[in-house]
Amino acid sequence: MKILVAVKRVIDYNVQVRVKEDGTGVVTDNVKMSTNPPDDNAIEEAVKIKESGKATEVIAVTVGEEKAQETVRKALAVGADRGIHVKAEGVIEPLAVSKILQKIVDKEKPDLVFMGKQAIDDDCNQTGQMLSALLDWPQATFASKIEVKEGKLEVVREIDEGLETIEINTPAIVTCDLRLNEPRYASLPNIMKAKKKPIEQINVSDLGVDITPKIQQLKVEEPPKRKAGIKVSSVAELVQKLKNEAKVI
Amino acid sequence: MSVLLIAEHNNKELKSFTLNAVTAASQMDNDVHALVIGNNCGGAAKAASELPLVKKVITVEAAHYENFLAENFAPVIIKLANNYSHIVCSANTFGKNLMPRVAAKLDASQVSDIIKVESSDTFIRPIYAGNAFATVKSTDEKKCITIRPTSFDPCESTGGSAPIETTEAADEFSLTKFLKREEIKSDRPELGTARIVVSGGRGMQSGDNFKLITSIADKLNAAIGASRAAVDAGYISNDHQVGQTGKVVVPDLYIAVGISGAIQHLAGMKESKVIVAINKDGEAPIFSVADYGLEADLFEALPQFLEELNKLNTIQK
Repeated sequence: MKILVAVKRVIDYNVQVRVKEDGTGVVTDNVKMSTNPPDDNAIEEAVKIKESGKATEVIAVTVGEEKAQETVRKALAVGADRGIHVKAEGVIEPLAVSKILQKIVDKEKPDLVFMGKQAIDDDCNQTGQMLSALLDWPQATFASKIEVKEGKLEVVREIDEGLETIEINTPAIVTCDLRLNEPRYASLPNIMKAKKKPIEQINVSDLGVDITPKIQQLKVEEPPKRKAGIKVSSVAELVQKLKNEAKVI
Repeated sequence: MSVLLIAEHNNKELKSFTLNAVTAASQMDNDVHALVIGNNCGGAAKAASELPLVKKVITVEAAHYENFLAENFAPVIIKLANNYSHIVCSANTFGKNLMPRVAAKLDASQVSDIIKVESSDTFIRPIYAGNAFATVKSTDEKKCITIRPTSFDPCESTGGSAPIETTEAADEFSLTKFLKREEIKSDRPELGTARIVVSGGRGMQSGDNFKLITSIADKLNAAIGASRAAVDAGYISNDHQVGQTGKVVVPDLYIAVGISGAIQHLAGMKESKVIVAINKDGEAPIFSVADYGLEADLFEALPQFLEELNKLNTIQK
């Protein structure tokens, strides 16, 4: 069984994002970048399945500028076997990414495609579902537990009301939640080894996919700021304030 | 053109956020049609027909719609899409799972989780965990949009009498099978709509200590929330998680206890009207968004808090 894992390079989750003064976007120069957190869970799960003997190959794929390759390299350092980097500049909407991934799926014929449930930059939560629509494959979104069976997966999904369990036939798409597993850290020897693993580079223009954005970003602004609050010195004062000043209890 | 609003329901009745989605839909175009896909979902369809903003209800019933699988729902919506300029749904786990499957088939670039309708093609949506607001214009002929329910008021729920039409079911998607749903039942208000939310974080130190939160929530008739750290640590189940990838809440009062205030948690609660933070670390980022901050050990502060509440003659419900 072959597992394709899609990873995205985003602004690190610990960075306090700042909006550019001209309203065209957010500041990305000299900002720490890393792999989208739930994509790390996706890689981890694929590698664990391979280690359990149920998968034979894990391929990491990303779409983006030259530096996006770093996320593939990181995936290789934690156990992916080889990488694919689809080179593309500028904004690539989830619909376009899913069309690109569809081409990669056609070529690689994986049994499973894993990715994070949502990217923490655009917060769209679309790509996995769109890819499964284009392929007419089953989708298991927000997965917090995956059990591999013969030709099938049993997946526990995190939903608003609690948990839902579904069974999907492979080939299928799974989008991973943060609680699926605990991603491992890359060891230094594995980071060195990863440098020798192959990453195939493909120009997006060679795939015949139109990536022209269909959504125009008119402006990006800072959200309204909350006015500064006060510190209270005791629980009694807090309750008095809530009762008599804020009038919420 | 008209708006097709995908109703979220449990077959018997509408889920409350459907009312917020109807409000948002009506701001895109006032001809709003509600689509109720389900099994024996007459109750939900009737409730939809009573919403004054809804001009028509379309129902589709079949056994394979019982469990709301996106693979089964999407073909129904795609078949109807011809007649509509907008397809709208709430951005909760139901809509997030479903809408992109529809959008991709319609070759539409979905606009996710909008918080404001500027015009029929222009919307505002938060990005980067709500640290920036983007104003975006969709150029698609058919716009697929999910709305953040807490950013729109619920519509009126009675007084309407829209006609109910029935349309044919689509084939079942046989490669996905629903096995079970474990819903956590509680007598408390729902987290998404509660007037007061009391949340605990890693500072609670154990699931058992959440009792302290529970007793205060009981007193205030509040819902119980949690930070991702508390859910990850196994103190409480995932349906309580507030944050960028959990639920977004906008209560009148949000009480954050033992929560440091990571960016992804703030994304889920910083629009609350009044925020209280109780934390022993005076430098915790949660204090930067709190209206009232109390620097204290929660294990001392929470029992005192309950005691002070008990002293009050009346507590708003």
